[in-house]
Amino acid sequence: MTFPSLIRGGLTRRRFVTGLGAGGLLATLPHTSQASSAKASSGLIPPMPSDRWDLTIGHTRISLDGKTMHAPTAGGTVPGPILRWKQGDTVSINVTNTLDEPTSIHWHGIRTPSNMDGVPGLSFGGIAPGETFTYRFRLHQSGTYWYHSHSGMQEATGLYGALVIDPRRPDPNACDRDYVIFLGEWTDVMPDDIVSNLKMQDDYYVFRQRTAASFPKEAREAGSAGAALADRLAWSRMRIAATDIADVSGAIYTYTLNGHAPDMNWSGLFQPGEKVRLRFINGSTMTFFDIRIPGLEMLVVQADGNDIEPVPVDEFRIGVAETYDVIVQPKDERAYAIFAQSEDRTGYARGTLAPREGMIAPLPPMDPRPVRTMVDMGMGNMKPGESMKDMDMSGHMAGMDMHGMDMSHMAMPKMEVDDPGPPPINVENQMRAMMPIDRTSSPGDGLENNGRRVLNYRQLRATRPGADLRPPTREIILHLTGNMERYIWGFNGRKFSESGPIRLKLGERVRFTLINDTMMEHPIHLHGLWSELENGQGDYHPYKHTIISQPGSKLSYLVTADTPGMWAYHCHLMYHMDLGMFRTVIVA
Amino acid sequence: MKHALSLAVLSALAVSAGTARAAQTVYHAADAPEATPVVYIGNIKPAMDQGTWLHGIFNQLEGRYAPGGTDFRWDGEAWFGGDYNKIWLKSEGTLEKGRLSDGDHELLYTRSISSYWNLQGGVRMDLDDGPTRTWGAFGIEGLALYEFEFGATAYVSDRGRFAARIEGSYDFLLTNRLILQPQAEFNLYTKSDAGRQAGAGLSDVDAGLRLRYELWRKFAPYVAVTYSGYLTQARRIARDQHDDTGSVRFSLGVRSWF
Repeated sequence: MTFPSLIRGGLTRRRFVTGLGAGGLLATLPHTSQASSAKASSGLIPPMPSDRWDLTIGHTRISLDGKTMHAPTAGGTVPGPILRWKQGDTVSINVTNTLDEPTSIHWHGIRTPSNMDGVPGLSFGGIAPGETFTYRFRLHQSGTYWYHSHSGMQEATGLYGALVIDPRRPDPNACDRDYVIFLGEWTDVMPDDIVSNLKMQDDYYVFRQRTAASFPKEAREAGSAGAALADRLAWSRMRIAATDIADVSGAIYTYTLNGHAPDMNWSGLFQPGEKVRLRFINGSTMTFFDIRIPGLEMLVVQADGNDIEPVPVDEFRIGVAETYDVIVQPKDERAYAIFAQSEDRTGYARGTLAPREGMIAPLPPMDPRPVRTMVDMGMGNMKPGESMKDMDMSGHMAGMDMHGMDMSHMAMPKMEVDDPGPPPINVENQMRAMMPIDRTSSPGDGLENNGRRVLNYRQLRATRPGADLRPPTREIILHLTGNMERYIWGFNGRKFSESGPIRLKLGERVRFTLINDTMMEHPIHLHGLWSELENGQGDYHPYKHTIISQPGSKLSYLVTADTPGMWAYHCHLMYHMDLGMFRTVIVA
Repeated sequence: MKHALSLAVLSALAVSAGTARAAQTVYHAADAPEATPVVYIGNIKPAMDQGTWLHGIFNQLEGRYAPGGTDFRWDGEAWFGGDYNKIWLKSEGTLEKGRLSDGDHELLYTRSISSYWNLQGGVRMDLDDGPTRTWGAFGIEGLALYEFEFGATAYVSDRGRFAARIEGSYDFLLTNRLILQPQAEFNLYTKSDAGRQAGAGLSDVDAGLRLRYELWRKFAPYVAVTYSGYLTQARRIARDQHDDTGSVRFSLGVRSWF
């Protein structure tokens, strides 16, 4: 509590007070009693970091966009209070549970001892009703992160918030203004009902199927009715919908920005010419967002809490649980819209950057919703209707058997490969990516060739070399699998309850290779250890905590197993995680 | 042991310059099930993927209009269970001038066997205003290529007779809420059963072309053209009993589920 905020160059007192006027609420002061107001978050970062915090978890009745939920909340708001910490400090957080069920807080992306990671069953026994649990750990890192419950479906109903950790050294990305932009969803449908509906009908929330009514348009786009029909038949033959972009859609979700529905128009203030840092956090349950601020170039300076070489973009996609920090510098005295469309284009979260309160910027039209292609099917660049037999497979098959890993890795001595082989087609898995390709250079479905500069994974380059430059001694190949029809998810054709743990030796350097055999993106999150994405940046590959595996793709990342314990490893689409796309990683 | 094996394989690969890799790869999943399960703190499982669900649906709940009197027909099913094992209840019947016919009720154990198919086995009771029959039932149901819903069940009765039923339907999406569904059900018997108006061979068909509007997913009123009729021997039986041998009806109903 003793250092000046000047270090961050961010919120001086003057700016902080200005900000208060904008947001109207300071959610929680460090180590004070919790704000009891149910008002949405202001996005304002507390003026000072603190190493002691109290968080009370309780039920709060919250209405948003006409949807009321008796939600479990941290400090009475959704999102919960922003906690500001300082790198190097040992922080302690007293979490008191006033719910009538157990709860927990997981510090997403924070490297803690495993007993402080907050996953019931793996880290500790959870926080029983009426109990207070004190988390205590030293902060080795800085940047933007978030926290959320890891108990039942509490996270899906609002138990989450942002973390901001000041770097020990002067922040190269310090700005005049600094806002957290926390993206989420809000619904009054209980998570258990959502899962039950998906179990009965996998496209329950999808109202953008291809229909007879949409056929003329498709025929025009495909060039002929015959081509459009052939494409449709190819998909329906496989019993898969090309329009399955998001399992849960704007049909029930109101997309939120700092807890504000679109019509509430969250505002962040700036003076023309000022640099504004926006810390985007995707704290949603099931939604990927594509983010733009029309009229402003965004300089992406941080990914998952780690500084990267700045990348100027017009747009970027943020997967569930990822974070990106961007810097914008609005020159004009006008309002700018922060526009975050859901990937399936069924809605958007929005906010406004403005020189004065109450200003509104025009919103751009929504883009067309993406349609899955043969690339997503794991068919490489095959055309619809083309069969495997039509292809010269000799080259591909050889690669496929070793899962196409760069053979230079294979030549390394003492490299062990845990290769499960192609996943079985069974009750729990409906597809196999025959020719998974590297899609790290793609910004993602629906964003390719849209005329804008859209961020992709290849562009992420750390500002400093990795801490562990040893080559991996082992490769773990995992297939992401699922059966959309039965709504079962897993790895290697098995759900969690039918699988063993992934065992890593303490100190081991491991390459994880993910092959996505499903038709959907999966944001894969490894607790407790960094995931160093192998994106062609060599020793400067980015450290991430959550990595999007695109459909039909293969990618790899390196992990140094330097912290012992049991760790959760899972898809961060919550309903995928809970229905089986989860593994326990044991480091010993 | 596995590690040593893979190492041996890998060295072999290096030597053979990768020409015959496929044949020599030893597959091992890093997340393979282990003999002794992991002990979780407080026995708390971090993912709840073994849930059970309860659902029921009326595919048909309709009035079939005729000048001489409107028939009322239902066809529904309900199930309870998890991803692999379910208890499944099916029921259908037609109320015709105060008389219940075609009453068919099945209690089945259902086992998931592949991505899209389930095996079913159990009992069927023909229970209505006609004579009661009891059957053992065994069949498959699921989603065929091109997303056809399909089911085929074989039956053996307490009197040693055999029967079969084949049913199918398909959803044409006119829009995302306006859905046209052709549906048909055929019954076959090895021996005639005049008391139940069942004839040897292809006995009867019940089919419909339903146009539903999903006001919300679980509630969709529809208009339909339905046909119910007897075929071959059953047709003779019905004629001998001065009964309707088959008719096309205009129908109104609701498709609903929970």
